[in-house]
Amino acid sequence: MPRTQGRKKSRRESPVELDRVIHERVRLAIVSALAGADALSFNELKDLLGITDGNLSVHARRLEEAGFVTCEKSFVDRVPRTQYSLTAAGRAALDDYLNHMESLIRRVREG
Amino acid sequence: MTSPLRQPSEQPIALHERAMDDLRFIRGTMERAGSFTAVPGWGGVGMGVTALIAAPIAWQQPTPGRWLAVWLITALVAGIIAGGTMALKARRARVSLVTGPGRKFFLSFLPPLGVAVALTAALYAHGAVALLPGLWLLSYGAAVMTAGTFSVRAVPQMGIGFMVLGAAALATPAAWGDAWMAAGFGVLEIGFGLVIARRHGG
Repeated sequence: MPRTQGRKKSRRESPVELDRVIHERVRLAIVSALAGADALSFNELKDLLGITDGNLSVHARRLEEAGFVTCEKSFVDRVPRTQYSLTAAGRAALDDYLNHMESLIRRVREG
Repeated sequence: MTSPLRQPSEQPIALHERAMDDLRFIRGTMERAGSFTAVPGWGGVGMGVTALIAAPIAWQQPTPGRWLAVWLITALVAGIIAGGTMALKARRARVSLVTGPGRKFFLSFLPPLGVAVALTAALYAHGAVALLPGLWLLSYGAAVMTAGTFSVRAVPQMGIGFMVLGAAALATPAAWGDAWMAAGFGVLEIGFGLVIARRHGG
């Protein structure tokens, strides 16, 4: 996937690309949830966000490909467990997004 | 991209509302997902240092009143350090101290401390100051442990440590009180402070 690999190398080069990944509501929710917790399992994320397995899988994979989240698979008492956490790049992306939103609000308020 | 800044002139109001909505959405999601992460690690180290300084000073005091004064002043200084560093960490992490996990943290933390204040006054009035180190360690441990339910794992673990030390203080001679205080509010606080600072962003 050349487009994704390009993102990993130069995430901050294009705010356009950044918005496309994180601006989508479910992906924004995943990144926000992981920013508020050290790590969350697949089921915890699913329950928290109230979305389907398929929906979460697709969007989590997109964020993983972008280098914003990491996914660790393990077994706990022989039960498979998928755990997600936010990467430094993901946290920076959320920070960028927040800054962007805040500056937009500020501009409108300042007229 | 749909850069909000490039939209037609009537659009900024709608985008502004969307941005506000996004910020509310992000904050709400973080609060629902999160534990209270603004417990200050470096603040804990600072609090621990004040206790290590206070313990030998308290030990040298000739009267219970002066001994109590030393520890109350230390508690005040430690409280200021904790409050200041917590506010800084919360602002840096963009988490609120008065809503979500932060609110639950404080609502759980304060009752055991209130009990400690009331019992301190009662025990001092009855001349039973020898019991105070055990009481303080147990109460602070209970506060940290219950509030730690809404925070990172190291916090309730620290609470358990304080409670163990408090029980030990009550079971040993009164003369050891300042040593237990140094062990708990000094060494234990510094140790967990360093862990929290390293693993949870300061």
